[in-house]
Amino acid sequence: MNRRDLVTSVAAMMAISLAAPAFAQDEPLKVGFIYVGPVGDGGWTYQHDLGRQAIEAEYGDRVETTFIESVPEGADAERALTQLALAGNTLIFATSFGFMDPVMNVAAKFPDVKFEHATGYKRADNVATYDARFYEGRAVMGTIAGRMTESNKIGYIGSFPIPEVIQGINSSFIHARKVNPEVEMKVVWAYSWFDPAKEADAASALLAEGVDVILQHTDSTAPLAKAQEAGAIGFGQASDMAAFKPSPRVSSIIDNWAPYYIERVGAMLDGSWTSKATWAGIAEGEVEIGEITDAVPAEVKQEALALKDQIASGEYHPFTGPLNKADGSAWLAEGQVATDEELSGMNFYVEGITAEIPQ
Amino acid sequence: MIDPLSVFLLLVAAATPILFAALGELVVERAGVLNLGVEGMMIAGALSGFAAAHATGNPFVGFLAAAVGGAAISLLFALLTQVLLANQVASGLALTLFGLGLAALFGKPLEGIKAPSMTAGPLGISWIVWLGLAMVPLIWWFLNRSRAGLILRGVGENHDAAHALGYPVHLVRGAAIAFGGAMAGVGGAFISIATVLQWTEGMTAGAGWIALAIVVFSNWTAVGVLAGAWLFGGVTVLQLRLQAAGIKVPVQLLSMAPYLATIIVLVLISARQKFSRRAGGAAPGSLGQNFHALR
Repeated sequence: MNRRDLVTSVAAMMAISLAAPAFAQDEPLKVGFIYVGPVGDGGWTYQHDLGRQAIEAEYGDRVETTFIESVPEGADAERALTQLALAGNTLIFATSFGFMDPVMNVAAKFPDVKFEHATGYKRADNVATYDARFYEGRAVMGTIAGRMTESNKIGYIGSFPIPEVIQGINSSFIHARKVNPEVEMKVVWAYSWFDPAKEADAASALLAEGVDVILQHTDSTAPLAKAQEAGAIGFGQASDMAAFKPSPRVSSIIDNWAPYYIERVGAMLDGSWTSKATWAGIAEGEVEIGEITDAVPAEVKQEALALKDQIASGEYHPFTGPLNKADGSAWLAEGQVATDEELSGMNFYVEGITAEIPQ
Repeated sequence: MIDPLSVFLLLVAAATPILFAALGELVVERAGVLNLGVEGMMIAGALSGFAAAHATGNPFVGFLAAAVGGAAISLLFALLTQVLLANQVASGLALTLFGLGLAALFGKPLEGIKAPSMTAGPLGISWIVWLGLAMVPLIWWFLNRSRAGLILRGVGENHDAAHALGYPVHLVRGAAIAFGGAMAGVGGAFISIATVLQWTEGMTAGAGWIALAIVVFSNWTAVGVLAGAWLFGGVTVLQLRLQAAGIKVPVQLLSMAPYLATIIVLVLISARQKFSRRAGGAAPGSLGQNFHALR
């Protein structure tokens, strides 16, 4: 409450100092959020909440935001979304993949409310989707992983076998193998986005298999803690996880939702909001690469940053042929680039990963 | 391909948080109190333990503080149910919700900080894991061989009779609740101090509920609690190990296994009880009932 009061009063002071209350002070735009985890998870939900705070900082008293945290994916999400819609929120962000069907159901009942669903693929006139090209960041992490591993085994803790996660596994593996042809990838599915104890167990299982670099697509710092115990390295996921610098956390993928949230709320305020699918990456600043620490040799760091720049400039796409699928069938020919449709439905590993995707 | 010893060592460590919490709840339930607030007490311990470990730089001080923190919040439950005679189920659920919220509130300044590292004990296993294992025979001895344990069980089986014999029912139950809180607190702190090394909101992620289930699974015996905790921990660790080793087993099936096992054991227990009331442990007679001395 204090922070909101502060933001409001700062905004009020700015309005006074401008001496011209340009916009008529009618009802503020009410914006709602549902989060899959607690705002204090230090990862995924934390980053979304930073985006929410950025909206308040940007638009001051023209907007009013609320959030409901730790909403389970499934039927309960429908209740939370309905509650937000009934409370007068006209723009609602649902920030997890599993909220997809609840969003579609509730959106059908509230045609005047606009919904934004993160990482999903179902849209309607009042449902837009947005996603980040995490796989671009994974390419950079994969490069570092391939160079840093001594056992030539890198581990990946997956959350759920959905396209977003599979893209990350493939992208990491492709780029690790590019710099180190000996690399093998071990994948463990935690079947949770946030379960510190289970993530720790998953990391221990990978370490026991001889893995010395761990990538994670789950949101807690538990895998980093386990990596540290075993002298292995890992990467921050969703947020920087800076407490584990300089090692085991040697770099990180940071989700920066603030620019997108500010843009969409702005569109609501000036009436230009339309349903669309947004998929932004490193170039737009939605996917950031956290500081690469000195635990990584300078030439590896340079190589990783060069790759990041190439991706940002559009010169290089992480899924560029020749690439085969894990079953040996051809996927992309030399120089061919994967389409967004192929990526958003990705349900196969690339050649070289020997595991199988649970169905 | 998979070395059984390493799986076993991982299993024992993975089972530790629920082992502590379930052993504590076992004593509470044997005193006739059903405290559904295990999750709340665990998270309180996870936070207070982490805060103390961070402030002093000593993880063991952290575990001590976790026991105190867990016991402190459990005394609230004791006040509600033993002094004010409130409903135990409702109070326990409230304790869970209260603990989660309170910890989230007080934990804000601690987010993003890392806990001091612990030195491992024998076999590269944390001392706290060893402590958890040592608690099993201790609690068995206390419940089955000590006079104090006999009184505690008497209070749990028939509080009217215990009262008539002159035993202070509410005092015994209050002490059991505090002990249960301390054990849950240490279990929670094992997650924050030894496993994750960071404080995050909601980090116990339902471990308290599994602990409650394990007490039923154990048929209210200390050895049964150990078996239950190892089964849950073991199946979790084993399925992750099988995945990491690239062995093709349906993951969903393994994830289901501990719950299936619980159902089977519960069916067996109830079948046995049907034919012979009181075989070994079984639910304490006064479980979940408040005691009010009329005479």
